[in-house]
Amino acid sequence: MGQAACAVRPLLTCLLAMAALTSVPAFAQRGMGFNPSGMWTAMYHEDELERTDPGAPVGDYLGIPINDEERLRADTWDGDLVSVLQHQCIPHSAPYAMRGPSGLKISTVNDPGSGRIVAFIIDGTYTGPRSIWMDGRAHPSQFAPHTWSGFSTGDWEGDTLHIETTHIKAGYLRRNGIAFSDQATLTEFFDLHDKYLTLTTITQDPIYLTEPLVRTESWVWNPYQVFSPIAGYGSCLPVPEIPRPYGWVPHHLPGTNSVLQEFSQEYGVPFEASRGGAETMYPEYRKKLKQMVIPHAKVFEVQFEQEHQRKAGTPQ
Amino acid sequence: MRAAFLFTALTASLVSAQEIPFEVRHVQGNVYMFASTLGNIAIQVGKDPGHDGVLLVDTGPAQLRNAILAEIRKLSEEPVRFIIATSGDADHNGSNEVLLKQAAPTRGIQTQPEIALFAQDNVLQRFTRNGSGIPSGAWPTLTFLDEKSFAFNGEAIQIIAEKNAHTDGDSIVLFRGSNVIAAGDIFLTTGYPAIDLQRGGSIQGEIKALNHILDLTVPRSMQEGGTMVIPGHGRLCDEADVTDYRDMLTIIRDRVQDMLNRGKTLDEARAARLSRDYDRRYSTSAWTGDMFVEAVYGSLKAK
Repeated sequence: MGQAACAVRPLLTCLLAMAALTSVPAFAQRGMGFNPSGMWTAMYHEDELERTDPGAPVGDYLGIPINDEERLRADTWDGDLVSVLQHQCIPHSAPYAMRGPSGLKISTVNDPGSGRIVAFIIDGTYTGPRSIWMDGRAHPSQFAPHTWSGFSTGDWEGDTLHIETTHIKAGYLRRNGIAFSDQATLTEFFDLHDKYLTLTTITQDPIYLTEPLVRTESWVWNPYQVFSPIAGYGSCLPVPEIPRPYGWVPHHLPGTNSVLQEFSQEYGVPFEASRGGAETMYPEYRKKLKQMVIPHAKVFEVQFEQEHQRKAGTPQ
Repeated sequence: MRAAFLFTALTASLVSAQEIPFEVRHVQGNVYMFASTLGNIAIQVGKDPGHDGVLLVDTGPAQLRNAILAEIRKLSEEPVRFIIATSGDADHNGSNEVLLKQAAPTRGIQTQPEIALFAQDNVLQRFTRNGSGIPSGAWPTLTFLDEKSFAFNGEAIQIIAEKNAHTDGDSIVLFRGSNVIAAGDIFLTTGYPAIDLQRGGSIQGEIKALNHILDLTVPRSMQEGGTMVIPGHGRLCDEADVTDYRDMLTIIRDRVQDMLNRGKTLDEARAARLSRDYDRRYSTSAWTGDMFVEAVYGSLKAK
């Protein structure tokens, strides 16, 4: 409705209509941001091997501010867990989902009366569509169920979309047994730089992390992206592929996991460093690394051998 | 459409009473959850006035009796006709006597339907022992050994005994139409299960019961939603949450069993801190990780 429409209506009616249009809800008055709706293709400039294939090696806890309890939990984790029926269809949950392979489709839910954005819907992750509520609603109570994507609310801090997420189901921070608890919360910031969308995530977990874990991911605007949702009804049905005892839960007893040193040996990372912890996140840790014995990296040997054979024309 | 977005907020009406936070939450179908920091109860209400009634799974802690009764009346004006006790624990049977007394016939004339209080037979056995301290007015009026099934409020209800889980009187309740399970204290999100060896509890029975719950639950998709599970204490859950809990208990059980297999004593098992990777999450001042490991050790040694 514009001024032209007002001209043919009684003044009072017109003023009321204008007032209704201009008296926006509180949530919309906090700031003006950008509208991230559209198709976004993931860029794996950060931690590509961890986020795609082959995934994080067992025993690689580098750069994660874990405590001793989490270290034990990861040490005793067995990758065979994903073959358990109840685990087969567990998707990435919120603190990891945005890092996984994810071409995003972001859309909005609008208030039909005012047109204001009530929520952003982020689809394309293994978790499935995720709602970011922008209408100022409160987070659910302590008795509400937790979900893989959690409950997210957003607001604008200048041109940055700030998101707070609670009520997340327990899951993993890295696909090698580094777990987070159902007490974890997530703070996120979406920033737009030209055609690039960057997400900064801050995961806090009072159970397993000694400091917040800060990570970033980026996407590039791609209106040509063909979108196919990963998660959805019937997209995963658990199947008993290998006979297992009833109630079987694979895990290693403390001190018996024989592959924990493989990452250190393969990649030439001191075993002590591979154990992770807050100090391994910071640049100052390089000074400490220089005092450690650096194992010979086997992975480069293999690479050298393959390249040498290629040059010599020998079959690989 | 806006109303649809507010649906979530409206279905969970948060109310305050004294200093104990509680909330009545619509789970799904006919089933509601009265959740409090002292424990949960399930409330099933019918949709056919004059024919249906109210069914309670546990009557909750005595401290919240008035609040619970008031919240039930908000959900339905029909009488309470069935109570199912998931165990003999005091915090789940706090209003048995009051509710049964209210429904008792006056002067020999049936003025309203009597309440049937179902429980596994072991609950009655323990309540009726000398020195139990449980008044006769709070005792179960009907007991069963393995399973009791009946239809009420338009859906089939199965009460299934879970033998020797946290006690020897545990049961779970499956609302088949509403697709909800009330798990009692077999499943908590607030701590380790309080395995009471003196009252017939065992870690093997506890894990067996959790696996049985996992047999009954069916997720909607991606291991989420579908059959909802009301824990004895804590938040509303689904299969994935029960799986997480089952995994944790199985892992700790296996660690303790390994110590026993290697001839280690209880003190050595304690010193090994076998539950330490879960203690920050589940250990409480009333039921610590050490106490839980000791119960697991005692349970496995006695088998």
